[in-house]
This record gives sequence, C-alpha cells and structure tokens, in this order.
Amino acid sequence: MSALTTTPAAGTHRPARTSRPSLARLTAVELRKATDTRAGFWLLAIIALVALGMVLIQMFTGSAEDRTFADFFGGAQLPLGILLPVVGILAVTGEWSQRTTLSTFALEPRRERVIASKLAAAVLMAIGAVVASLAWAALANVIAPLVTDADGSWSFGAEGFGRVVLFQVINVLVGTAFGLALLSTPLAIVLYFVLPTAWTILGSTISALETPAEWLDLSNTTLPLIDGGLSGEAWGQLGTSLALWLVVPLGFGLWRVLRSEIK
Amino acid sequence: MITVEHLTKRYGAFTAVNDVSFTCAPGTVTGFLGPNGAGKSTTMRMIAGLTPPSSGTATVNGVAFRDLPNPGRHIGVLLDASAQHAGRTGREILSLSAQLLGVGQKRVDAMLELVGLAGTAEKRRVGNYSLGMRQRLGLAHALLGDPTVLMLDEPANGLDPEGIFWMRGVLRDFADRGGTVLLSSHLLREVEAVADHLVVIGNGKIVADGAKDDLLHAGGLYVRGLDPEPLEKALTTAGLSVQPTRDGGFSVAADAEAVGRAALDAGVVLLELRPADSGGLEEMFLRLTSHHDADSTKDAA
Repeated sequence: MSALTTTPAAGTHRPARTSRPSLARLTAVELRKATDTRAGFWLLAIIALVALGMVLIQMFTGSAEDRTFADFFGGAQLPLGILLPVVGILAVTGEWSQRTTLSTFALEPRRERVIASKLAAAVLMAIGAVVASLAWAALANVIAPLVTDADGSWSFGAEGFGRVVLFQVINVLVGTAFGLALLSTPLAIVLYFVLPTAWTILGSTISALETPAEWLDLSNTTLPLIDGGLSGEAWGQLGTSLALWLVVPLGFGLWRVLRSEIK
Repeated sequence: MITVEHLTKRYGAFTAVNDVSFTCAPGTVTGFLGPNGAGKSTTMRMIAGLTPPSSGTATVNGVAFRDLPNPGRHIGVLLDASAQHAGRTGREILSLSAQLLGVGQKRVDAMLELVGLAGTAEKRRVGNYSLGMRQRLGLAHALLGDPTVLMLDEPANGLDPEGIFWMRGVLRDFADRGGTVLLSSHLLREVEAVADHLVVIGNGKIVADGAKDDLLHAGGLYVRGLDPEPLEKALTTAGLSVQPTRDGGFSVAADAEAVGRAALDAGVVLLELRPADSGGLEEMFLRLTSHHDADSTKDAA
C-alpha cells in the first residue's frame, strides 16, 4: 500500500475479476441521480408541498362528510398524477441534455439495464410519493376534526391503496416512456401534456371518436383507479389505452436508445 | 490492452473511419494523432461501445467493451470532460460512479487528492469549473475504478502548461506500472513528450503507426559545418544523399559515423551532428491538416 500513498493513481493492475453491477445497485444510483441536483431535489420537494397544499385546501372547503382519511388521500393524488410523469421524463432526458450518457453508458454498456433501472427508480419514486401522501392525509385527518366539523372517518382499504399506487405508477411510467421516445426535455414535457389532452378534446367533441376514446383516452381509462368500480370492461379499456400511451412509446424509445450513437 | 481491427464507420456516403487497425500494448502510452475531424473521437467512441461500427471490431483486454463485466474496473474512459451534469459537485460525480463501480469513498478521496481537486474545489458545482478543472475531474473519474487501461480524448485541452506537465507524469507512471494508455491529440508536440507509440490518422485512415522514435527519427541526421560548401562537397564525394536545409545545414540519410568520417577526410569542421528533428512526421502532419482544410474549403465552395 505504500505505492498507493505516494502515487494513488496507479493501482496494482491486477487482472480484476469483476462482476456486473446488480440491477438493485443501478437502481440505487438512478434514485440518487434523481435527487442530487437542485432541479431534481426541488421538483420532488414541490411535489410533496403541492400534495400537502391540496390536503390543506380540502380541510377547509367542501362538505364536512368529504373530510375523511380516504378523501384527503384521494385529493392528494391529483397533483401527484400531474407532476410525477415529469420526474420520469427528467430521469431520462436529463442525461441527454447534460450529455452524461457518455459516462453512464461507458460504465454500463448494456443500455437496456440502465433503462430498466431508470424505470425501477421511477416506480419506486411513485410509490414513495403515494406513501408520503398517506402521511399527509393522516395528518390532515387528525387535525381536521379539531379545527372544522369533519367526518374524521379512517375507513380505508388496502384495495384502494393498491389502485392509487397503480394509478401513479402508470403515470410515472408513461412519462418515462415519453422521455425515452423523445430524448428531449421540452419536447417530452410538451407532448406528454398536449397529446392526451388533444385526444380527450377530440374524443369529447367528435361523436365518431366517442367509443375509441373510451378505450384509448388514458385520462378516462385511469379514472376508475381513483374512483373505484373497476369492471372487467374497465380493465380492458385501461389495458388498451396503456398499449397506446405506454407500450408504444416505451418500445420505440427502447429501440431508439439501444441503437443510437451516444455523443 | 486495446485491439482495434478493421474498424469502419460510415454516415451515409461519408466514411468517418475507414478500415482502422492498431494495437495499444500494456506498459505503453499510445498517442492517437490527427487533425480535427480526422476520426479520432469516432474511433474512441466505437472502442467504448458508444457508437456502433459499420464493420470491424474493437476489444479491451481481449473482450468487446459491451461484454466487459463492470467495464469501469477495466478501462477508464474520458471522452468529453464537459459532459457532466453542471449541477453536481465534483465529489458527487465521483461518488455516484464509485457507487456504481463498487469502490469505496476512500478511492474517491484518493482520486480527488491525486488530481488536486480535494478541499474546496470538490464541493463546487461542475458548472463553475474551468475546463482545466473538468479535465482533472475527468481523469479522476477515469482512474476511479482502478482500471488497467485508460482511454482519453484530448485530455490536455484547457490545461495550463503546469497541468499538462502534471498529466504527462500521471500517464507515464500509469503505463510504467503496466497500464495501457491511449490518448488523442491534434498537436504532435503535446503527445511527443509522453507517448512511446504513435498512431496517426487522417481523413479516417491510418497514415502512420509505429514506435515514436522510429517515426520521429525517420528524417535521418542533421549536420552543420563551419563552412557549408566544402561540407556538402565532402558528403557527396562520400556518396551520401544530402539535402540542404534553410539554416545552412544538411539533412543526411546515413549514420553518424559515415558523416563524421567524410568530414574528417575532407578536413571540414563540424558544428552540429545529431538526429534530425521530427521533420518527417511534422511535415506529414501539416500536410494532413492542410489537405483537410483544402477539402473543407472545397466542400464549402
């Protein structure tokens, strides 16, 4: 080790027997990347604050019987559903805009593993956000009966929680898929919000598109995940719309990233 | 060890890299020389698996880059020192990669120390770094996994003379310990001081590949006498091939003894007798560069 103290540059040049970094380690690195920049940190902080704000607004508006744990929790999901996809988009496009792909893919040349870990990190952040909103809702439900005439009911089932987690995971994955397909932050963010909205408007104004919209409009098909009442047909509609908004951009993005030249 | 065999990269009708082959052996520093746009970076990106080649192969320690388990432990790559997230600190960038590579924080500390970024510099965001500091961080990043091979694209860019001298020392030391170094430059002088081996590329093709001493001293000998005329006469009489140079000396394609004896026989006083400057390589290099310029002018016209 004496050589190391004088010239730490050169190691021993032993033929290193190394193993691939596990997907768990890659995912941990991706989670760290999402939070270790000012932009990433504040995006997540803003999501938490907006969810808190939403819960607070609910405490003082609407009717008393709507001030329950389940309602607070449900109310917090709306801002999460809008902002989490941006987290997914930035996790991908940030690497391209900052050109960190040069070192990312030089350290893990199996690009599909990097993408898999980015998707895993996005899912974990979505679950984390839902769990955090659970805490906000609990806080609100403790305080609400003290300051207003709230119902204060704690009735809440695992099924409802699971549905909401699925809703947010879908949101963040669709965002990540848009990021992969477009590899540009502004393009991905704009198209992510414009395309489905345009589709929703078209579906509601042109009667011929009404039935396709029931099956392909993601904002319609994910609604039962929040409101409950998932029939067999609703599952089918959800699956069909996901094929369009998740599978297609994800497949195209994967194909694009795997074969593209990293500069 | 880096082995490149018949690498070719075409973009439509344009061939950026054309049937390039060379080897970088352990214990040596290979200078990869060429004017801007000659295909150096494209070749390096193909070695690192970032650019898919049109044909040909490249291996690192006998294995294709993609098949290296944890490649950062085998080859340290620095392709563009500015390609780092401007919002991360120098230490955070190294820590992230250390986590991926599976090396500890001690290694991060040691590398920051080595490149002179330990202390306040490591806590600053890379967006506020000078290009020289980014190059230092890039070298620390490349060395982080304790690799046996280093591949650096224009690492001297932005470094001050002291920094260039320092980097040469680090690379020389790395190679002397059995490591393999490939570094590119568009300046002959920059790599001349550190490389053992030179690979010269122009317009996508290898135009020279060999030991530095052989390439640089291909120009023969330089000889200068007190009086040019009798010296030229003496050398031609001895049957040596003589080329006058601008400063009144001659370049001679012969060994030193033959020149010395010819001068002695004619009783001519010699002032200088030494290996010629790297005229051959320098000239070839300039020719390549001007060719390149001519081509781009033609394209523009």
